[in-house]
Amino acid sequence: MSILVNKDTKVIVQGFTGKEGSFHAEQCMAYGTKIVGGVTPNKGGQEHLGQPVFNTVREAVAATGATVSMIFVPPAFVADAVMEAADAGIELAVIITEGAPVRDMQAAKAFAVKHGMMTIGPNCPGIITAEECKIGIMPGMIFKKGNVGLISKSGTLTYEGANQVCKEGFGITTAVGIGGDPIIGLSYKQLLPMFEADPETEAIVMIGEIGGDLEIQAAAYIKEHITKPVVAFIAGQSAPAGKRMGHAGAIVSGGAGTAAEKMAALTAAGVRVVVSPAEIGKAVAEVLAKKK
Amino acid sequence: MNIHEYQAKQIFAKYGVPTPRGIIANTPSQAMTNAQELGGNVWVVKAQIHAGGRGLGGGVKLARSLAEVKTLASEILGMTLVTHQTGPEGKLVQKIYIEEGADIKDELYLGIVLDRAKEMPVIMASTEGGMAIEDVAHNTPEKIIKVAVDPAIGFQAYHGRELAFGLGLAKEEQGKFIKFAAALYKLYMENDAEMIEINPLIKTGSGDFLALDGKMGFDDSALGRHPEIEDMRDLSEEDADEREASRYGLSYISLDGEIGCMVNGAGLAMGTMDTINYMGGTPANFLDVGGSANAETVAKGFQIILKNPNVKAIFVNIFGGIVRCDRIANGILEATKLVDVHVPVIVRLDGTNAPEAAEILKNANIANVIVASDLADGAAKAVRAAKGE
Repeated sequence: MSILVNKDTKVIVQGFTGKEGSFHAEQCMAYGTKIVGGVTPNKGGQEHLGQPVFNTVREAVAATGATVSMIFVPPAFVADAVMEAADAGIELAVIITEGAPVRDMQAAKAFAVKHGMMTIGPNCPGIITAEECKIGIMPGMIFKKGNVGLISKSGTLTYEGANQVCKEGFGITTAVGIGGDPIIGLSYKQLLPMFEADPETEAIVMIGEIGGDLEIQAAAYIKEHITKPVVAFIAGQSAPAGKRMGHAGAIVSGGAGTAAEKMAALTAAGVRVVVSPAEIGKAVAEVLAKKK
Repeated sequence: MNIHEYQAKQIFAKYGVPTPRGIIANTPSQAMTNAQELGGNVWVVKAQIHAGGRGLGGGVKLARSLAEVKTLASEILGMTLVTHQTGPEGKLVQKIYIEEGADIKDELYLGIVLDRAKEMPVIMASTEGGMAIEDVAHNTPEKIIKVAVDPAIGFQAYHGRELAFGLGLAKEEQGKFIKFAAALYKLYMENDAEMIEINPLIKTGSGDFLALDGKMGFDDSALGRHPEIEDMRDLSEEDADEREASRYGLSYISLDGEIGCMVNGAGLAMGTMDTINYMGGTPANFLDVGGSANAETVAKGFQIILKNPNVKAIFVNIFGGIVRCDRIANGILEATKLVDVHVPVIVRLDGTNAPEAAEILKNANIANVIVASDLADGAAKAVRAAKGE
């Protein structure tokens, strides 16, 4: 079992024939992901990586029955691509692109929600169900199948966390990189109940960072609804206030969104909070041992 | 990207948001000419730097004669202004704004930022104008009125009424205020602003509302569609090293510690700083080399890190995903040839082809390159190296 995607998930790629889209679509296919086609306007009717290319998402969905779209279009066109996917009946859009304007994402997300389409990202590594389906840019081989779910705002910390979990002899059910922008799609609060309901997931790793209050919302949710053990790390404890730390959303503004307040809220919710990402693996091993 | 007060007021004027009249100056004599042109008998001489708290720092002064304008201008121009937002090193004042004096009856606060939880802009207003809004939020949160505006419907009259009644404005003041707030919302959206702050927004003796101050920041990701705002960029206000790094696709922020950090990915870069701190060391910088680290970017990273004389060791922490570690290892070797790296370099490479990378570094046998097995090991070795152990 897993959440959101598995070996049967049919995926199309928006921005299929571009450099990034091509490279990563090919990597995903090599991993086993069912990429059933792609969309590039004015290239409809062609074939790319052995799959059909369509002019519009609507055509692609009608012809392939795809339910998920992986989006690689340039930042200025992300909102348009997301709204097109939502309008065409896509159920989940995974937005990899970094640098989409905030105002665009605000409108695109509101439209997606209205159409019942879930989104992941933007500015994220994507989602992977270990050894079944990779929709994104993460290195597939570090995700061994196992019993730990992972949710992270950061790409490389997703890899770091998953790698440690696997080195401890466990593995990953599904890992979701939710992205580091001020406005993102699925967040901890929506993903936690999915992992809670997934029979194979026995523990959850949650990696957050400074800025915003999604981790605080997650803490409140965990306290009330999550029975599985959660290990968390919040990046940016040593970040200066008012400075944007790489990610557009990673900024402490007006004294709010600090690592300290998030760590305190999570600790109060019974989460095992680690001070360094180097301790994620060991903490997972401990909470799983305790459970048995 | 942030802009100066005088630039924000230029944008305000375009949208009909009333401000006192003013003219920018670079020299004391220009300041005097500007004051003469504005007329009247009271002027305000205002330092233009990208930081709040200018008044308390001595960067905003009232002049009652043209001669005084000139004297104050010569005092403020060239001064290093230290405020709670500049850091202890302060900021050099290179421009001053000469503004006509205003008849202040009451000081209010009005600002717009993105409410990340609601995922829409929120207009914030307060009767406590002239004070830092963070302090008001902390001490008397009930004195801040927040009205979120869904961009799908835009600014409606009821948003304006909620603000106006919240501020306790008299019936005859409401119309002017609502018009002011509506114009501000419009310019926030149309220019892809990240934040606008007017502190204070004043009520004059004749019942008008004026933006006495103006602060604006913009969404960097949207600057591509606003060339006229990009033109307002003042490079002298930005950190030279951060700017140079960004030209090479590196995201760099200098800090005051001793261990230089070179990491791929913003999250891991922060996590590396946190781990160094946790182990008793201090990070000298945040540096994200991005997803495609190569010899050139690594060399550039070393160069920028080593400009900082406090750096006693460098921790290179790369989790190779799509980028293979053996290629990064070769990049590091090449970079050490391009740049004179005179401090110990602790290298941790994990992920794709990590064993091959370790082999390459071991065989190269460079005196000050120390190989680490994982994040914890690397951080520990970096902390020890920085202490000279």
